[in-house]
Amino acid sequence: MSIEVKNLTYIYNPGMPGETRALDGVSFEVHDGEILGIIGHTGSGKSTLLQHLNGLLRPTSGQVFVDGQCITDGKVRLVDIRRKVGLVFQYPEYQLFEETVAKDVAFGPRNTGLEESKIENRVRAALSLVGLDYDEIGESSPFELSGGQKRRVAIAGVLAMRPSVLILDEPTAGLDPAAHREILSMIRTIHESMGIIIIFVSHNMGDIASLSDRVIVMDKAKIAMSGTPQEVFSHDKQLAAMGLDVPPVRSIMMQIAAEIPSIQSNALTTQEAAEDIRRAIPGFEQ
Amino acid sequence: MIRDITLGQYYPGDSPVHRLDARTKIIGTLLYIIELFIVNNYWGFVIAAAALFAVIALSRVPVKFIFRGLSAVFIIIAFTFLLNLFMVDGRVLWHWKFLTITYEGLSRACFMAIRLVLLIIGSSMMTLTTKPIELTDGLEKLLKPFGLIGLPTHEIALMMTIALRFIPTLMEETDKIIKAQEARGADFESGNLLQRAKSLIPILIPLFISSFRIAQDLALAMEARCYHGGSGRTRMNEIHFGKGDVVAAILMVIFLAVIIASRFIPDLF
Repeated sequence: MSIEVKNLTYIYNPGMPGETRALDGVSFEVHDGEILGIIGHTGSGKSTLLQHLNGLLRPTSGQVFVDGQCITDGKVRLVDIRRKVGLVFQYPEYQLFEETVAKDVAFGPRNTGLEESKIENRVRAALSLVGLDYDEIGESSPFELSGGQKRRVAIAGVLAMRPSVLILDEPTAGLDPAAHREILSMIRTIHESMGIIIIFVSHNMGDIASLSDRVIVMDKAKIAMSGTPQEVFSHDKQLAAMGLDVPPVRSIMMQIAAEIPSIQSNALTTQEAAEDIRRAIPGFEQ
Repeated sequence: MIRDITLGQYYPGDSPVHRLDARTKIIGTLLYIIELFIVNNYWGFVIAAAALFAVIALSRVPVKFIFRGLSAVFIIIAFTFLLNLFMVDGRVLWHWKFLTITYEGLSRACFMAIRLVLLIIGSSMMTLTTKPIELTDGLEKLLKPFGLIGLPTHEIALMMTIALRFIPTLMEETDKIIKAQEARGADFESGNLLQRAKSLIPILIPLFISSFRIAQDLALAMEARCYHGGSGRTRMNEIHFGKGDVVAAILMVIFLAVIIASRFIPDLF
């Protein structure tokens, strides 16, 4: 499984007042099993980009290939693409509508024409992947759940379609720290157990640094940078010019390095930082 | 798709029409609607259409923009056209099985369709060239005399402001929900009428919940800023009649006279 985006351009309201170029010649690839993080200032084109990956938007020009198949020429069945590429929008809990959690999660698989007998198993599996128990909440109303639970139910609704690619638009926006951590570990679990491509957008640089294999930086409808989190976050000045930060651990380590030159660290996570500090203090191991 | 509906939308600009006082435009629009019902022959419509196109040209709102937004409304007009066409008795023009078109039916259908098209474009010219907030300010001022007999004019104006303000918000919300459900494989475009109606449930329920959430947030935000109704409230921008409004008023009176006169000239057909 792979995704290839070639020279993608999208213009909102062409020929109207408020014509905007939301994407301008964007090209990149995502390889099998990769976790790709996308960062960028509000309005840089991230959400527009995501909507092209499962055919919700048709590009003004350019192509998107999913698993070698072009999805932008209008020849593929959209239902097939949407089954393959699961897209979870920002605040997905606002899309819940069924009477029970189980029915809501079953909405996607049912739309793809899956047999009724297999649906319950799908729903059970999807709910357990997001850390919820079918027997406990399957029959309750989705509107009775807590914010974090609602969001996980909505994500389960997309996972139940067994996508080969999971796209998440700001999966942790507006959650309290506990729910935030739960969503992050849930994304890791999904990635480990399903082995699928995960693409996610986040404004939380800590999340980006700790989850992604590769990072794409969007700025003014174009890809401004791409590379491993280490590479991308070493350009802190360029990122600042685009209105973006480095992960908090990185900025703390930079301040420490300014005060104590013997502690030089490129750490992005707390574990890496702890190791670097330990190494920098002689005799600490004893 | 849903974003294309521009009914009630504002088209930013700085034309003589945009600069008119909202009250002038409200009265003008009302007058125009009444005049469309005074018209009793096609000459009247020719004059009314000419006046409307003059206003559109003066406002510099692209014709394409106006019509694109009204495509949904034109379906309703087509429907009334067909109803009139087949339902009126009279001299038979064409007959096939149970369908009959009469001369009277055809003439009434055309007449009504033209009237409706002019009516809708005419009133959308008002909303296209007036900011919603100016519109409701103007309405509040116009309704003020009725406040003496207990009409809650400020509240009516506020309700209208909120309704107009939230049309784009709710459309955006609808668009988002449609996309989210489409991402889950929902199909809104195929199936018979019943299936299509059923496929709207996944949109309508989240939309309903969203609108309650939005309403509650708005109420809280207004209370937090000490909103307590209209009494004793002053305005930052008082609206004033200008030179343009005088010219507009004179033109309106002349136009009214012309329309009334058109009743007495022999019809085109």
